[in-house]
Amino acid sequence: MGRYMFKRIGQAVVVLLLVSIFAYLLTYMIPGDPVYAMLGGDITQEQYDIAYEAMHLDQPIVLRYFHWLMNFVTGNWGDSYRYSQPVAALLGARLPVTMYLGIWSIIISTIIGIILGVLCGTHRGKLLDSILITCANFGAVMPAFWLAVLGMYIFALKLGILPTHGFVLPTENLAESVRTTVLPLIALSVGSIGGTTRQMRSGMLDVIRQDYIRTARSKGLTERAVTWKHAFRNAVLPVVTLTGMSFRNIVAGAISIEQIFAIGGMGSLMINSILSKDVAVVQACIMLTAIVVTISNLVVDIAYGVIDPRIRVE
Amino acid sequence: MKNETNSKVKKFVKKLFKRKIVIFAAFLVVFFVITAIFAPLLTPYDPYKGDFRAVLAKPGRAHWLGTDETGRDVLTRIFYGARTSLMIGVVSVMISACIGVLLGLISAYYGGIINLVISRFVDVMMSLPSLMIALALGMVIGRGTFSLMVILGISTIPTYTRMMAGQVLSIKNRDYVIAEKVMGATNGRILLKHILPNCFSPILVLLTSNIGMTILAESSLSFLGMGITPPTASWGAMVSQGSAKLLINPVYGIAPGICVCLLVYGFNVLGDGLRDVLDPRLRGSL
Repeated sequence: MGRYMFKRIGQAVVVLLLVSIFAYLLTYMIPGDPVYAMLGGDITQEQYDIAYEAMHLDQPIVLRYFHWLMNFVTGNWGDSYRYSQPVAALLGARLPVTMYLGIWSIIISTIIGIILGVLCGTHRGKLLDSILITCANFGAVMPAFWLAVLGMYIFALKLGILPTHGFVLPTENLAESVRTTVLPLIALSVGSIGGTTRQMRSGMLDVIRQDYIRTARSKGLTERAVTWKHAFRNAVLPVVTLTGMSFRNIVAGAISIEQIFAIGGMGSLMINSILSKDVAVVQACIMLTAIVVTISNLVVDIAYGVIDPRIRVE
Repeated sequence: MKNETNSKVKKFVKKLFKRKIVIFAAFLVVFFVITAIFAPLLTPYDPYKGDFRAVLAKPGRAHWLGTDETGRDVLTRIFYGARTSLMIGVVSVMISACIGVLLGLISAYYGGIINLVISRFVDVMMSLPSLMIALALGMVIGRGTFSLMVILGISTIPTYTRMMAGQVLSIKNRDYVIAEKVMGATNGRILLKHILPNCFSPILVLLTSNIGMTILAESSLSFLGMGITPPTASWGAMVSQGSAKLLINPVYGIAPGICVCLLVYGFNVLGDGLRDVLDPRLRGSL
């Protein structure tokens, strides 16, 4: 087990280093002067010279990369020219908002998806199954941004029961926080509810055919005990992987939703920085996302290795 | 010989359309393909020239779905948007499939250092959401139809590479491949004549559902303002512009999104149907 963990952690570090090279090279791949890429076009010659020096542009690119990486590791992520603030401070204020919405969305979609998937699996071929799986298939392909616009039209503009935009953390005002998070959460979760339902259903269908389920039934166990005690436990494993992987989509999903509801999170920061070519912020967003994704994958993999020894061999 | 292939095709089609939902999905795809091809014949309006006497008109007899902020007919723009979506979906899937399949083939067949490099590349791509990769590449390459095809193509390479690598590993040690090797066949011949044709079904399945997912990604990018450049019609951009005019003409912002759903759903279910027929081991699993 120790060797397996060591190997997986080593791989994760390599992947993160490669991502950092990609993020670093963004500065140089954008057409134009890298100093302007970092600071925007609106600077004086002195500022240019200082930045030229600070970015070590007189040195070979490999050295420059190491300077940048060292700075990144020690928490010096540069400044955003658009917001005239250190990137670390910017992200520190915005990451919690995105994570708050993202984690709630993962919890909601996993629970609802599992319940719907089990319902489909136990009612295979019946009307309920057909209706649910059709809804799940449509849910999985609905563009989140469109759902957000639709929800805004119905609940905010027509019925007027929910606010059209804004976000309040629950620590500030619980009631207002719930009101502002309902629509973004629905828009964020419908797609993954669809995906989880499909996965859970196919897991249930695979498991229910197995011999030990027949054995359990022939022992005279109730259908409920067979479903939840025997079938469910094995069918839910792939969903765990899926949930681990959905961390990947927290930031991606947040991009359009935060933009629509004017929520000051990492997603809206990222898209605004991309549109205004604020490279330092984009680099930090990419690195942070890669770190979150890699760690969550690592945790899932190691957890799997603990549960199922066969995986360690591969 | 010809009769035999004919009956094979017939059998395939019959099996594919056994489930009613697959017929529905195929109908959706064909419907949008037809509107995309015959867009100019289906509407009397020009997708780019607005009628300033009818700015943001509500749906009515002259404009079935109303008009946008420069007086262009929304339904016409939706027809032309189907063109954009399908073109981008198909071309970028071709790009990513060609590169991804090739990488997967050589990585799994040769193994060793090549495999190591390609797998790490795939790991890096998989450690970031594809929307984020597409956005970062968009910053570098720029906007526009062609860049968008390349960007979306690159960002979905890993799915093909992973799938192909798995397929090759399961095939490359089969007896008939080893027999070819013993007879002195070159690696290129084995890869192209024996291994690739055996992977045809999973590639086709992945292609079909990836066209849908790429169309979805295109709409997101265009919605965010990083995709299609105006005035080209794009469903995502229409939802974005329409979302600011919901109180005047809600149909303008909502109808294009319904089209995205229907078209992507069509491709996905068609992909599922193809998999059921081509890969019977997985039948009924979804």
